[in-house]
Amino acid sequence: MMKEIRVQFETLDPYKEIDTLRADNKAIGAVVNFIGLMRDFNEGDSVSQMSLEHYPGMTEKALEKIVDEASQRWELLGVRVIHRVGDLDPLDPIVLVAVASAHRGEAFKACEFIIDFLKTRAPFWKKETTADGSRWVDARHTDDEAEARWQS
Amino acid sequence: MIKVLYFARLREELKTESEELALDASTADIIALKLKLSARGDIWSDIFAGDETVMAALNQEVAKPDDKLKDGDEVAFFPPVTGG
Repeated sequence: MMKEIRVQFETLDPYKEIDTLRADNKAIGAVVNFIGLMRDFNEGDSVSQMSLEHYPGMTEKALEKIVDEASQRWELLGVRVIHRVGDLDPLDPIVLVAVASAHRGEAFKACEFIIDFLKTRAPFWKKETTADGSRWVDARHTDDEAEARWQS
Repeated sequence: MIKVLYFARLREELKTESEELALDASTADIIALKLKLSARGDIWSDIFAGDETVMAALNQEVAKPDDKLKDGDEVAFFPPVTGG
């Protein structure tokens, strides 16, 4: 399986990544993508900028582990997980999870599994700038619930 | 010696990015290390003995409270993650 995991300061072009994922592989019948984007509001406030911090080394290990588990659960032909760090503006892509497989079912499930676990396991932290200054974003309880669905 | 790293809100509030500590009974496992750090008082006790959730990693893997520490280990403390 083709696997690419990257954490980058550079702007993320999800469509270019998706093209690379499926290029020249005639066995791929389905590609499912999740693209996380920076919104201009959160918790009722308008947000003008965001800064993303991570734990270099642990982040890559955590993502590798999640992708490996997904590829054990489902038959996949390719996975790309690219995550931005550094300063972001509204509209900027934050994360891409792209999964290729022969049929759609595997790709749909694996894509959702990977983003659900990334949300709760990968050491990234968001800090957002509002009119009142900057603040760290709090973890969401709904993300833990989303992860828990896969435990059964 | 062990290396201790702090990330995000913790790094800012503790005004510390990383430090090295001697390996002894007070740093024998993750729970002992947290007690040692909270004994520094002020913001340290607010964070390590307070209500905030603090996550721990040992050598870049999620750690359990009773994980033992050995020379050269890298421990990290951070708030619940918010990526994606």
